Amino acid sequence: MDNRQKEINNLKDYKYGFSTDIENIQAPKGLNEDVIKFISNIKKEPAWMLEFRLKAFERFKVLKEPDWQKPKFPKIDYQDLYYYSAPKSMKDKPKSLDELDPKLLETYKKLGIPLQEQARLNGIAVDAVFDSVSVATTFKDELTKQGIIFCPISEAIQNHPELVKKYLGSVIPTSDHFFATLNSAVFTDGSFVYIPEGVRCPMELSTYFRINASNTGQFERTLIIADKGSYVSYLEGCTAPMRDENQLHAANVELVALDDAEIKYSTVQNWYPGDQDGKGGIYNFVTKRGLCKGKNSKISWTQVETGSAITWKYPSCILKGDNSVGEFYSIAITNNHQKADTGTKMIHLGKNTKSKIISKGISAGSSDMTYRGLVDISSKAKNSTNYTQCDSLLMGNKCGAHTVPYIKNKNSESNIAHEATTSKISEEQLHYCQQRGLNPEEAVGLIVNGFCKEVLQQLPMEFAVEAQKLVGISLEGSVG
Amino acid sequence: MKEQLQKDFYNSIKNLSLSQKDIEIKKFCLDNFIDKGFPNKKEEDWKFTDLNQIIKNNIGELSFYNDQASTNKVDTSVFVDGLEHNKIVFINGRIEKIDFEYEKKDQIEIIDQSETINEFENSNSLSDLNNAFTNKCFKILVKKGYQLAKPLIIYHTTNSKIWSKNINLRLNFQLDKDSSLRLIDLFNDTSEKNFLNIFYNFELKENAVLKNYKVDKFENKNIKYSFNNIDQDKNSISETFILSSGSNFSKNEINCNLNGVYASAFVNGVFSLNKDKHHEIRSIINHLTENTKSYQLIKSVLEQSSKAVYQGKIFVNSDAQKTDGYQLSKAILLNKESEFNAKPELEIYADDVKCSHGSASGSLNEDSIFYLMSRGLSYQQSRELLINGFLLDVVEKITDSEIKNLIKNMLGIKE
Repeated sequence: MDNRQKEINNLKDYKYGFSTDIENIQAPKGLNEDVIKFISNIKKEPAWMLEFRLKAFERFKVLKEPDWQKPKFPKIDYQDLYYYSAPKSMKDKPKSLDELDPKLLETYKKLGIPLQEQARLNGIAVDAVFDSVSVATTFKDELTKQGIIFCPISEAIQNHPELVKKYLGSVIPTSDHFFATLNSAVFTDGSFVYIPEGVRCPMELSTYFRINASNTGQFERTLIIADKGSYVSYLEGCTAPMRDENQLHAANVELVALDDAEIKYSTVQNWYPGDQDGKGGIYNFVTKRGLCKGKNSKISWTQVETGSAITWKYPSCILKGDNSVGEFYSIAITNNHQKADTGTKMIHLGKNTKSKIISKGISAGSSDMTYRGLVDISSKAKNSTNYTQCDSLLMGNKCGAHTVPYIKNKNSESNIAHEATTSKISEEQLHYCQQRGLNPEEAVGLIVNGFCKEVLQQLPMEFAVEAQKLVGISLEGSVG
Repeated sequence: MKEQLQKDFYNSIKNLSLSQKDIEIKKFCLDNFIDKGFPNKKEEDWKFTDLNQIIKNNIGELSFYNDQASTNKVDTSVFVDGLEHNKIVFINGRIEKIDFEYEKKDQIEIIDQSETINEFENSNSLSDLNNAFTNKCFKILVKKGYQLAKPLIIYHTTNSKIWSKNINLRLNFQLDKDSSLRLIDLFNDTSEKNFLNIFYNFELKENAVLKNYKVDKFENKNIKYSFNNIDQDKNSISETFILSSGSNFSKNEINCNLNGVYASAFVNGVFSLNKDKHHEIRSIINHLTENTKSYQLIKSVLEQSSKAVYQGKIFVNSDAQKTDGYQLSKAILLNKESEFNAKPELEIYADDVKCSHGSASGSLNEDSIFYLMSRGLSYQQSRELLINGFLLDVVEKITDSEIKNLIKNMLGIKE
């Protein structure tokens, strides 16, 4: 058996499907003001934070669950969820990795993120989020030297209230849509990044999200601020144990780029997608939005979406500053009964703004995938350009691939170009590869990787390798 | 509006000899419309075009009753010169004349179908309005193997006798096996501020060919909505061309169902807009069986504060393997105030297909203008040349040379 075959056999089943038996502290089941107060209290939050949450909750009460999206799902009972779950050993925060519960370290080791070794070897600073709390952040000292703040958001609320107060909710206000507002009310933890003026972050920053407890929703909140002239590259990875019931993940991510700053945000999303019959899996309803606030700023989203039963997210850029740039690179792969409705919004407000969208969708099995995007050039956004390309690949005749772009041009000096294609892997290409000794699965893997290359190239090196493997694995069993 | 609708409805049906059952059905449609009202931007299909607001702002209160007892004089000066053709003449929504003088009488049948109700998939409250208020509806049947010698021109004329009125028209066409029809819808309005609501239904049997041209060129202040449903059998071809220019507001919807193998549909359109006109084309091509083909090309030239919208959808059923679907929309915005919105959509459930769409919008290419000016043309001439060339691309897609020339003349495009 060759190596690849072995790898496939190892990975055929969702390899992150184990759960960790660890003692938890949970908030009472259900969603009400008391639960929000409980979360705020356990995190020892200042009064303004509680106020922020309660305001969002007031708004949430009047909002209705949206129903315009393509993937339909059974009604979620928001009262039947736990909104806070934390490993007991985290009650009094450990000061360093050495104090961390060995069981937690073991979990992350299994996930391929050995926190201790990573701290020494890889040169990537990791913030690990386990259910509702951040358990460990590595490389803190080195970053602090440069003035970079990289810590769990709950810590930032304590230690840097002026920054959090200023920017939290500035891109995704508490009055936003249903799931974003829910997040604002009950978010538990997440990462906070601040890059000071003129600093180029010397390493990749990374957060690893893990849902462990059952019946828990994970509501993390990430806030990244790149001050004038700074640069940061941020990675995000996610997994969850295999469970029969569906679990909700509704995160908010806010990015703010000031003058001349650049933020690069990469995601490899591999939440548990459910079994072959579509049972279980994560509902991934995420709001990600970046604001290019200053001149010449740049925000770039890269995502590889392979997991989740239902993915529903549109990482967006608001190009407010003149000459700002927004980019969106995406690979979305659905197999079995997965459903994905994903895309981006590029809102051009400033002059000379540019945006680029490259989206590659692959659907196999009985899955369904939609690219949904908006390009809106306002009348003031003189001399702006957008280029959009979305390609879909279909494998089998039980799956669907859809493209729903909205294109609005209100400025005669701006240009928009949009292209989309849908096709299957051509027989000629397959034949060519097979002739040269590849088996059909390898051939498909090769062709798919070529199809996705434009996006994979955008990922930081360590991630690109992992993502490339993931692409092959996600499509296992779809050929033939 | 509710009382007005009910009052006008009873006035309308009073003059008709309808059975109790027909009245019930019409009443049901009226109630549906009263319930839903004019489409507004909360509905996805009307996202870019809020008809409810447009009617409110441009017309205000509409009345729905049309006195159709007296005949109108047919003004022959509006007829197209230099092209022999059959005629159907509508004046203020009343059908005045059906004349197939160039055709064999036994090959075309005209059937009164006033009591039937059209029900379309994908339709909206306007089809209810149409069903409730149309009082005359004919079906034109082209018999097996017959190909019309001359094109049929349908004149839609309105004059100043009507004001703030809603006019509802309906026509059904059936093209039997191996038959063909060329059709031009020609709008000629001297009225203002009326709302025309037009429904056509086409049924194309095996090998039938329909060439369907819609020409709205003459300046007027009316609001138009036209819905064409085309059902296509094996090997049939439909070609639709839309020239969208004259009215203040217009929305053309083409819903094409490719039911038979090797059926193909072509939808081409030109928006040539100025002032504060607001036009939309929405096309839905349903590929329902294998080996079907569709092609769409829409081009817009937008001046002043005009606004064009194109919503095109290609739907491919899971049975429709080997589908070939193509769609392209391009727009030139000539003014700061002009606006182009597009929603080109693909919904695909079969894997062995070739579907693509493209959309581009932007300003006139300054480099091209410079090139032409450096060869001695004035700025104005260069601009016109480029715009003509841009639009000619679509007009050239018209497969009937007589009609192509007619439309070129109307657009003022010279080669």
